[in-house]
Amino acid sequence: MLRRIRGAPPRYWLVGVVVLFFVGFPTVISSFLASEWAQALILAIAIMGLNILVGYSGQLSLGHGAFMALGAYTSAILAHHFKMDIVATIPIAGLLTGLVGFVFGIPALRLSALYLALATFALAVVTPSLIKRPAELTGGVQGIILTQPDPPGFAQSAYGFLTGTAMTSDQWIYYICLFCALILFWFAWNLVRHRPGRAMRAIRDGEVAAAASGVNIAGYKTLAFGISAFYAGIAGGLFALAAGFVSPDTFPVSLSIQLLVGAVVGGLASIPGPLLGAVFAYFLPIESNQWVPSQSWIPDQIAATVKNAGPAVTYGAVLILIMIFAPNGIVGLLYRGYVALNRRLRGAADRETGQMPPNPQTV
Amino acid sequence: MQAFLQQVISGIAIGGVFASLALALVLIYNAMGLVNFAQGEMAMLATFAAYALINRGMSYWIALPVTLVLAFGGGIVIQRVVIRPAEKAPILALVIITLGLATLLNGLAGFIFGYVPRSFPSAFSAQTVDLLGVFISYRDLGVIGVSGLVLLAVYLLLQRTTVGLTLRAAAHHPEASRLLGVQVSWMLALGWGLASAVGAVSGIMVAPILLLEPNMMQSIIIYAFAAAVLGGIESPLGAVLGGLIVGVTVNLAGAYLPFVGGDLQLAVGLAIIIVVLIIRPNGLFGRAAARRV
Repeated sequence: MLRRIRGAPPRYWLVGVVVLFFVGFPTVISSFLASEWAQALILAIAIMGLNILVGYSGQLSLGHGAFMALGAYTSAILAHHFKMDIVATIPIAGLLTGLVGFVFGIPALRLSALYLALATFALAVVTPSLIKRPAELTGGVQGIILTQPDPPGFAQSAYGFLTGTAMTSDQWIYYICLFCALILFWFAWNLVRHRPGRAMRAIRDGEVAAAASGVNIAGYKTLAFGISAFYAGIAGGLFALAAGFVSPDTFPVSLSIQLLVGAVVGGLASIPGPLLGAVFAYFLPIESNQWVPSQSWIPDQIAATVKNAGPAVTYGAVLILIMIFAPNGIVGLLYRGYVALNRRLRGAADRETGQMPPNPQTV
Repeated sequence: MQAFLQQVISGIAIGGVFASLALALVLIYNAMGLVNFAQGEMAMLATFAAYALINRGMSYWIALPVTLVLAFGGGIVIQRVVIRPAEKAPILALVIITLGLATLLNGLAGFIFGYVPRSFPSAFSAQTVDLLGVFISYRDLGVIGVSGLVLLAVYLLLQRTTVGLTLRAAAHHPEASRLLGVQVSWMLALGWGLASAVGAVSGIMVAPILLLEPNMMQSIIIYAFAAAVLGGIESPLGAVLGGLIVGVTVNLAGAYLPFVGGDLQLAVGLAIIIVVLIIRPNGLFGRAAARRV
């Protein structure tokens, strides 16, 4: 056992460190920061779902915010109208959204990638007005306000035993999000390394060739859609839990763009990418909104517009720059740096021993 | 009956707006097989330019052509700066770039002009004229007239001039055109400029109706998508007819289907897109795409 651990490749160590960091982190930061990081983790889950669809199976969805909305409203409606425990509604939100995504994936099969992008984008734009319509169910424009759960007894006593402080509701929600994120990232990692992941990548890189090799194109494409929507649904359910409310305006088209930014910035077709991308996409507007007004050299009038327009400008610029200069995102850049460093360290010998395969461009 | 006809006429007027933007989408699709998600935001920015010009005291009928020239130049600049570096990238990467461009332009407009809706002047009065028992506003007539003029101009340019012929050649057979001495890359830039100018017309026509603000075109672009898809995304004529059909359909649905009303009109646009894509993915005038293995 010990030998197995010691012999593990370095990336396993890295994974362990990251997991420990996320487990220990909320015990040393404020409860408010913990709730912000919970939101970042939720975004990471949704982005991982998008990444499976866009990065691995090569289908572009610009409407994943709509799937998140479906998950969030499923949770909120079950908790509000049917008095269910909101934590218990999250798997239902995921499964229902996954099912809808699977069904949505069937007509999507007939569409070229371009048309799919177009249809999902239209879906994302229409979503807020669709939500408002069944007002007695969704609460209309006001949405639904939910009560956030208190940590259960076992969590409180365990947390109190380990840290000596009482667990807040925000910290409990953070750990629920972390738990879901860990399972879903682990699942994604396994998915892409095994038969379905290979099949999806084969379809992405050459649909005809994949079909000729006996890959069930329709099956895997709809499967990718279903799994991807499942992730978005879980993220939506967690969002309802963490935010404590849902309303049509929390799911604007810019949410779908934020998800795409996260997926592209972190690096498509990579497992750590969505986490990095989520941290970027979530904290960029928050941090810039705190930083800009605090700078005395920026006139107040400009600072006020930056608050509104800043995220859109940065997101847009980042999308363009990344797609032109680093299509594989942060992970791709790190990988390129790693390869270059390796080559520098090992010298010329590397050329004969064969280099690492270049990162394929995924989208 | 009269009310119905009036709805149809104002549907045609708004349909002319959709048609211009859809035509812009088709121009770029034909040039490089790409749906330009930033088309609406480009039109919105051009409309803000027109607003700024008119606000500085320029008359409407001078500001209009000046804006179109500006939009034309802006389109070329965008193609050179943003699209060309990724020309060889897969099409989905280009789609993401145009989406990034849309976000960027939206943010820039918000940054420069703010998010407060502004009223935009119209060259035509809102008074109505009695035409065979149907009351039509001069504004609707003006929108129909201007949109029709633009569409006619684009048709003549593409079909009756050397530049148009070269443009079409570069789009359809880039390799052969290059061998014949056509500068294909610049022709693409020209296509972007042209599309940008055509799209700008839709922005200027719709701004008096919707009030000018950075998110103004967000719903219009969905209708334009619906129009382009309905017409078959590579057919200019289809885009125009598609625009008119979408305009009339949406207007009638809003007026006569109680569950649609004013707030779900956009969902009608989405429904058109989805139904067309499922039943007839090549639209009314598109050809079935042959896939080369």
